[in-house]
Amino acid sequence: MKVIEISCLEVWREISNFLDGEVDPEMRARMEAHFKVCAHCTAILDGTKNVVKLVGDGVEYQMPEGFSKRLYDKIKDR
Amino acid sequence: MSTGTAKPNFDTTESELIQRVCQGDKEAFYSLVKPCERGVFTAAMSILNNPADAEEVAQEAVLKAFSALSRFRGESKFSTWLIQITINEARLKVRKDRKHLYESVDEQKTDEQGDYFPKDYADWREIPSETLHRKELREALQRALNSLPTKYREVLILRDVQHLSIQETAQALGITEGSVKTRLLRARFQMRDALAPGIDGSWYSGKQEYEKVRPW
Repeated sequence: MKVIEISCLEVWREISNFLDGEVDPEMRARMEAHFKVCAHCTAILDGTKNVVKLVGDGVEYQMPEGFSKRLYDKIKDR
Repeated sequence: MSTGTAKPNFDTTESELIQRVCQGDKEAFYSLVKPCERGVFTAAMSILNNPADAEEVAQEAVLKAFSALSRFRGESKFSTWLIQITINEARLKVRKDRKHLYESVDEQKTDEQGDYFPKDYADWREIPSETLHRKELREALQRALNSLPTKYREVLILRDVQHLSIQETAQALGITEGSVKTRLLRARFQMRDALAPGIDGSWYSGKQEYEKVRPW
């Protein structure tokens, strides 16, 4: 099957869906073919992948001390 | 659905706990809420960005869920339902406080249909995991997150921090799955642009200035 070429702009629109496995097999094949020949889009793909990893591993909101106890008390007092 | 009876989404423990709560067992409600505490707080933070406000909203959301539990039909996970309530409460608080009035007005004008162009192509493929422990990287992540418009930050937090599915994120935020995908793309690109200055090596050397790395 011949893979139809795709522009960088089209790749950018789908790059996040590509990482999430949310593109159909045809689009995936077109994008994979594009990444093989386009260093810019590959850099954006890798960068975006890193963002997902960094945000997943590194973002954590510190819960205020005593949060659970106060929540429990609120429920109890209800 | 192929089966004749509707199959609730919650597991046995969850449904048992819900049943006990509906019979007046408050301890069972706390057991139900306990595993969701962090998720509820984080969801509130994604909108309010203030721990005291987020705690207040988390408490309100949990109490609201308690009152409304008999109406929960198990069409989603309990945690998703609770996060949905939390998001609504947080948005109500924003509206009430009018803190973000101008941001909200601006956000409505944001053209989601237009294409977002990544600002540069600095190539930062590999980030050694030890950099994650670095204080400055955590701070940079927080600054980058804070720089996002709320509607992008909330999607990013629910998807990439709390790992909700696209469908659950759409449900929690009351938007379409298409909007989740569009906003997630914007959020990830903007995070990447905001973080790029630190990923060229300045995390290691402590350099303040960023030399753009372009592959062409």
